[in-house]
Amino acid sequence: MDNSEFRLGRVRPAPENFLTDEDIQSVKEGRRDFLRKAFIGASAAMVAPAMARAAGEGDPAILDLPPWSTSLGLPVAANPYGLPSKYERGLVRRESPGLTRVGGSSVAFTPLQGLFGIITPSGLHFERHHQGWHDIDPSKHRLMINGLVKSSSVFTMDDIMRLPSVSRVHFIECGANTGMEWGNVAVPTVQYSHGMLSCSEFTGVPLKAILDMCGADYKKGRFILAEGADGSSMTRTIPMELVESGEVLVAYGMNGEMLRPENGYPLRLVVPGVQGVSWVKWLRRIEVGDMPWAAKDEAVHYMDLMPDGQHRQYTSVQECKSVITTPSGGQILLDKGFYNISGMAWSGRGKITRVDVSTDGGINWRQARLETPVLSKAVTRFNIDWVWDGKPAILQSRAMDESGFVQPGYGQLRAARGTKSIYHNNAIQSWKVVESGEVSNVQVL
Amino acid sequence: MSRFSKTLSVLAVAAATVGLVTPATAFDRYPGVGRAATPAEVKVWDIDVRPDFAGLPKGKGTVDQGIEVWEANCASCHGAFGESNEVFTPLVGGTTRDDIKTGHVKSLISGSFPQRTTLMKVATVSTLFDYIQRAMPWTAPKSLKPDDVYAVVAYLLNLAEVVPADFELSDQNIAEVQQRMPNRNGMTTDHGMWPGASAAKGGIGNGGKPDTKNVACMKDCKKDVQIVSSLPAYAQDAHGNLAEQNRFVGQTRGKQTGEPGATEAAAPSAAAATLALANSKGCMACHGLSNKIVGPAYADIAAKYKDQDDAAAKLMAKVKAGGQGVWGAVPMPSQGHVKDEEIKQLVQWILEGAKAQ
Repeated sequence: MDNSEFRLGRVRPAPENFLTDEDIQSVKEGRRDFLRKAFIGASAAMVAPAMARAAGEGDPAILDLPPWSTSLGLPVAANPYGLPSKYERGLVRRESPGLTRVGGSSVAFTPLQGLFGIITPSGLHFERHHQGWHDIDPSKHRLMINGLVKSSSVFTMDDIMRLPSVSRVHFIECGANTGMEWGNVAVPTVQYSHGMLSCSEFTGVPLKAILDMCGADYKKGRFILAEGADGSSMTRTIPMELVESGEVLVAYGMNGEMLRPENGYPLRLVVPGVQGVSWVKWLRRIEVGDMPWAAKDEAVHYMDLMPDGQHRQYTSVQECKSVITTPSGGQILLDKGFYNISGMAWSGRGKITRVDVSTDGGINWRQARLETPVLSKAVTRFNIDWVWDGKPAILQSRAMDESGFVQPGYGQLRAARGTKSIYHNNAIQSWKVVESGEVSNVQVL
Repeated sequence: MSRFSKTLSVLAVAAATVGLVTPATAFDRYPGVGRAATPAEVKVWDIDVRPDFAGLPKGKGTVDQGIEVWEANCASCHGAFGESNEVFTPLVGGTTRDDIKTGHVKSLISGSFPQRTTLMKVATVSTLFDYIQRAMPWTAPKSLKPDDVYAVVAYLLNLAEVVPADFELSDQNIAEVQQRMPNRNGMTTDHGMWPGASAAKGGIGNGGKPDTKNVACMKDCKKDVQIVSSLPAYAQDAHGNLAEQNRFVGQTRGKQTGEPGATEAAAPSAAAATLALANSKGCMACHGLSNKIVGPAYADIAAKYKDQDDAAAKLMAKVKAGGQGVWGAVPMPSQGHVKDEEIKQLVQWILEGAKAQ
């Protein structure tokens, strides 16, 4: 029979995909021999009905009506707050073992390998806290404005949510994203190499409107300090030019609902194009001043160490960057043939104008398709057709933004900054594909 | 630090005393939204200290006083001499007397010190004061009084030989101390990654000029492909089973690494749930299940109190209030952030052997 449509290719689906939840539990309890038996059993079960029929009759997934087609489903509101399918349970935020030693000051990475389009589901938004997170009672949260203003002021959440609002889609990327890879390859998948990146629609009030109300002295006050209400009361200096542009938001909404507690509920600063540490969460205070503050996270951390021993201080912009998320490190291609190479591109300096993709390690490039919308300082999704011939390949993407900047290769980036910096690694990522279909993380100059 | 003029402060006080009447100029565009802050409110929240020492509270503290504050509040995470690498990156080490003279820390270039400590990096003593005052100690931020903060900063600077052992740091002499910071000349703002005005226009940096200049070559861009780094063997299995971190429909599958089922999410056992609680409350920063970190291993605690009927009550009180001496000089700080019933659960779990599963 012509069974090409059933062909599993080079990859055998992991045995646990055939197991029920009870089976998985028994495996976890130590009865690992069960796994092998179950696999054999499941394979036999799959083959048996087809064998009982005439050869070539068809796919059992079609011929044998499944329970969901032959029984009553669940009622509405069975999950009052909906959750992903149980089959999606692997796509969750994860820590990188050994990266940090204290959960309250750590990172959980977004599973970019499983995302589509440009919006990060709120529950998968990456986490980075400096002294743990709290679920703050919004009725007790206050925003104070002081410093070089006519009137030091206080706003409740009621106040802020009464003001004229805007909603905008922006990426947020930690300055240390891809930081583990400055010197050499260190992590297996795009979740860990690039997963301190998320993109959401944020709703809030331009900070400019609030500073106007308070009578900010824009002549002398060319800097603001943003401060959080958490234990670390994290602080960062932000240029007044960005506030005056109207882009900086005091945001309470994310993807249509309130911010999640891990992302700053009930109020955070949104500073488009700038590294995540400046998007101060649990925002409690903005001070207008005439010089930078040299706060801990701009005088001890989030500084870029150069080969001459000097630290670049107040580096804030996330420069143009891209990464292929499918196929990517730790994945296996099913078989030779057609693939839709897909990835994300973003720039802190505006819109993405073009993404090129190479499948030969950067010798030749082809222009990828950009999905709409293409928004300023937001993730742009790109795709390109690829027919894999089964031979070794190296996949790369290279993004350009509207300032004309082209994402650098590792050789160029290291020539400019050495390998000691932890921050702002926006080098071209390479994924090596070998004959078995296995994809792995490599670096190419 | 607030830069209120005196007149405005007086106005604000006046406004506050007549029931938070808002100044006419400020809120007229959105009537009824927002109000003036009282001076007392600003004072409580506006605690930042800038490099020019604006915002620095009056006060003083000696190195000796710093040792006392340190041992009670800081040593449990940072080690007795700020050198510990167990919980956080070391604070002290890697600086020399020569660095204090030049203001450039040489080991940042040579890489001769294994870690980049805080004192190797920080250029501004104000940063130390500001951060310790706002965020330390770890489980009780903002609990130190200004004199305590001066004392702790003095102790740290003494460990790095920036100030002598008999030094008293104060608001009066901190600017002189700034002139001895080992990496005070170690910062540059000559870069293109400040999103505001350039230094020439009163801001920072070169106005956004990037330091790399790639071109979008499309064809025959290089002769050959040089792979300079691949995933090391030890890193292959270090992130659990990648098959379970990928969707099992679609263009690809995840690679099987480690034990199947090893990272599968499952309903945690009571012991695992308590371990998660211990993690979330920060206990595991200082205690290991079976290994000593800065505090004793839970297995050792269980063994020590095995035959004591009142062990649970005793340990609960200790966790709540803090303690010192039973396991050495490093004190356990008070764990006021943990609820009584959680302490009870944790202590019970520890006495039952602190099992992970």
